[in-house]
Amino acid sequence: MIYYIGNRLFTMAGTLLVISVLVFFIIQLPPGDYLTTYIAELQSQGETVAQEKIDFLRQQYGLDRSMVEQYFIWVTGLLHGDLGYSFEYNLPVKDVIGDRLLLSMILNFSTILFIYAVSFPIGIYSATHQYSWGDHGLSFLGFLGLATPNFLLALILLYFANLTFGTSFGGLMDPDFIGQDWSVDKALSVLEHLWIPVVVIGTSGTAGMIRRLRANLLDELHKQYVTTGRAKGLPEMQLLLKYPLRMALNPFIADIGNLIPQVVSGSVIVSVVMSLPTTGPMLLSSLQSQDMYLAGSFLMFLACLTVVGMFVSDILLGVLDPRIRHGARGQK
Amino acid sequence: MKDLLQVQDLAVEFHTLGGVIKAVKGVSFRIKPGGTVAIVGESGSGKSVMAQAIMGILPRTARITAGKILFNNAGPGNSQEGILDLASLNTHSKCFSEIRGGQISMIFQEPMTSLSPLHTIGDQIGETLKLHCAKPDGQNRTAQKAMNRQITVDMLRLVGFPNPDEAFDTYPFELSGGLRQRAMIAMALVCGPSLLIADEPTTALDVTVQAQILKLIKDMQVKLGMAVLIITHDLGVVANVADEVVVVYRGRVMESGMLDDIFNDPQHPYLRALLNAVPHLGMEDDVRLKPIREINVNTENLLSLSTSTSAASGPEQSAPMLEIKNLTKTFSIRKSRQLFSKQPAETVTALDDVSLSIKRGSCLGLVGESGCGKTTLSKIVMRACDADQGQVLFNDGNIPINLMDLDARQMEPLRCKIQYVFQDPFSSLNPRMTIFDTISEPLVIHGIGDHDSRCRTVLELMELVGLDSQLLSRYPHSFSGGQRQRIVIARALALNPDLLICDEPVSALDVSIQAQILNLLKDLQSELGLTYLFISHNLAVVDYIADTIAVMCAGRMVELAPCHALFSNPLHPYTKSLISAVPVPDPGRMLDFSALVAGKNSDPAAWAYPFSDDAGNGTIRKPGMVDVGGGHYVRAHEQPAQTEKVGSSHG
Repeated sequence: MIYYIGNRLFTMAGTLLVISVLVFFIIQLPPGDYLTTYIAELQSQGETVAQEKIDFLRQQYGLDRSMVEQYFIWVTGLLHGDLGYSFEYNLPVKDVIGDRLLLSMILNFSTILFIYAVSFPIGIYSATHQYSWGDHGLSFLGFLGLATPNFLLALILLYFANLTFGTSFGGLMDPDFIGQDWSVDKALSVLEHLWIPVVVIGTSGTAGMIRRLRANLLDELHKQYVTTGRAKGLPEMQLLLKYPLRMALNPFIADIGNLIPQVVSGSVIVSVVMSLPTTGPMLLSSLQSQDMYLAGSFLMFLACLTVVGMFVSDILLGVLDPRIRHGARGQK
Repeated sequence: MKDLLQVQDLAVEFHTLGGVIKAVKGVSFRIKPGGTVAIVGESGSGKSVMAQAIMGILPRTARITAGKILFNNAGPGNSQEGILDLASLNTHSKCFSEIRGGQISMIFQEPMTSLSPLHTIGDQIGETLKLHCAKPDGQNRTAQKAMNRQITVDMLRLVGFPNPDEAFDTYPFELSGGLRQRAMIAMALVCGPSLLIADEPTTALDVTVQAQILKLIKDMQVKLGMAVLIITHDLGVVANVADEVVVVYRGRVMESGMLDDIFNDPQHPYLRALLNAVPHLGMEDDVRLKPIREINVNTENLLSLSTSTSAASGPEQSAPMLEIKNLTKTFSIRKSRQLFSKQPAETVTALDDVSLSIKRGSCLGLVGESGCGKTTLSKIVMRACDADQGQVLFNDGNIPINLMDLDARQMEPLRCKIQYVFQDPFSSLNPRMTIFDTISEPLVIHGIGDHDSRCRTVLELMELVGLDSQLLSRYPHSFSGGQRQRIVIARALALNPDLLICDEPVSALDVSIQAQILNLLKDLQSELGLTYLFISHNLAVVDYIADTIAVMCAGRMVELAPCHALFSNPLHPYTKSLISAVPVPDPGRMLDFSALVAGKNSDPAAWAYPFSDDAGNGTIRKPGMVDVGGGHYVRAHEQPAQTEKVGSSHG
């Protein structure tokens, strides 16, 4: 097991290195750099920019060096925890994304919790009561959730929440708290605002999860070992939780690797519609303006999370499923 | 009520989308305390449904519509003692939960899927104990746990685990099929039930293991004084374990009575048909199996197909069609998934220096337990995998060609000559292709004929295997297992092959269907002059169809002899134990259980001189094949002393 983990960590480092190369060069691929975009923007506003100033800026930002050199500067910076400097915000990247990262993580972790908390009971009910009225009704709701565009749901919820509670629920906290240090009041305000985006972003995920859990569980429920358990005299609920549900969990654990990056990058459109201070919209704009250190840091961060997520899910699978832990011998 | 269980006029219905299916229609039988009752029937006869009804684990679509299941609930510590009607008892009630697993327990056919792969054996056995035999008084939890573990380990020892303490913490997939079934039995018996229901407990196991499991069930029955209800389609098993027999057909009892009466004086035509449909050892050569439902094979229009057979009846008739020389194949198991590991991989020898030859127009039966290398051998002949050493010489009329030397393109014309029939007719047909497409596909691949001639060939093939040509546009799902296997045979014959490799072609089929397919294969062989390599673990089936039998064990060819010689005078210890483990459907010829367990002859290390790798004087040398006359070869260092005829009772 220790060897396995060591091996995995080693390959992870290699993967990340390759990803960093790809990320950097793909951001650089479109013609021009941040300065050309910036100058074009200034010129379209009727301003002229002196050539000396451009050259100065270019040197300042290191854009006059070769691409390979720039890459090495960036990567060594990353290793030292220096994420670089955002052109657009004129701030170190760390300061730009720090708060947003925290808020997006809070938002998206609660979304995942919401998805699990809602979809597991419903999925189990649907599977054990297949083709009952309850199953049909819940499936219908699920499909409705899958089919409704998130931003539409967001607007509707915002409207009704405003009507009912009389406050504006845009954003993730009351405007008074923005930019302030964390306090109990601020945290409460965040909690107050959190539920709408959680419900909005979580709906489609919940619906999908219900369908998958139901299908997985239905496959397992007719397996022979369930009958064996029943023949032992196990009560239905105990039987369900111990045997088929645990077998049905595997795909969801394998999914953790995909979930974690979603926690950070997901829900761009909803964030824009609800003006949530999360990382999604910022990643979008930084890519548009070729703000390469900001975008690069984001993408590297996502890559890290993906790789770590995969690692975590592999280890968890090994812990939960002896067939995986004991390797090829189980494949019989 | 002095019976343990009485089933009276039981009727069970299934409510499906297609309408109501009556699976059990008024069945009655009884089980005495400590007695053994066998329910015999084909698949679909409703025998498993009866067991499920008794256990209260019927599928949700099923309903008991009439009848009673009276159970004499006498176990200690039950909430309700006395006679209970299980048919009317709520299956989710506490009382039924206590009976299920506590008083009546059940083992199933497939020991792999019957156990949860995610929990250890000890956990799953201990769970039954916890549910039914836990004593809530006084003891703290650790003491309780330790005691449960002790009882479980004792139980594992009782059912024959070599080291029960370690077995407690193993997972089912780490065990062999036989041990898994032993674990199932331990789980069923750990609470000392008064009735054990065994639903096809040995069908998925090898014969030697089957005999061991049957012995185990018998021993446990004596030790624990419980009754056994055994459900099976194998009349040989019935003859060896049962006191009373109930024969069911389509949800009705056809005949029931004491074991001897049933076998010596079968009354009902169905039972007689069933007895005639099963091949058994020591059948006369010219006796033909009588399938319960005969199929008509039409071989009249075979002129277009049998052209090559007439060509083959030239001077090379006596030359072997297929000769395998010194074939060796090892598989390596990659143990750890380390990136830079230099340690050599562990290897398993699937074939160890195997040689054999098949004469044109004859049938060679290849017998052995699962994992002995039979299928690997056939795959190498098909060039589906490559051997490490050795030759496969194929003679299609002129000069022998070594198939091992050919590349894929050179192999292609020869592929018409060798065709394959697989074990599982369900997974060997593409569900998205019609039967016409399936059967004509080989012709299309090899570019034989135009559309019209292909149509004609397909129609002839359908007639040949006894299927209606109206069915050609259907898809495989609308056919039964036996019909599918006939389609597979038709597909294999489409290219007019010389050699047909049949890998367990009947082991997935029901007894009555088995007879159909075996007869079909026999007829085709005599009509078309085909040569068969027939692989099976069922000695009786091989005895019925083969001329020569090759016995394999652990990758080694241990004995090769004509059918009669092999069964009347088996020489190798492995062959002996294999033959003695086959249950015969005759109560007068019971298995000798005591002899079975004494010898572990499937392990090459246990073979004594002259069969061992030790050449007598301490040198390690592999024994060769010794000719003992009459085409009888055995793997030994010298001609073994003629022992008394072990197989005489079978012959």
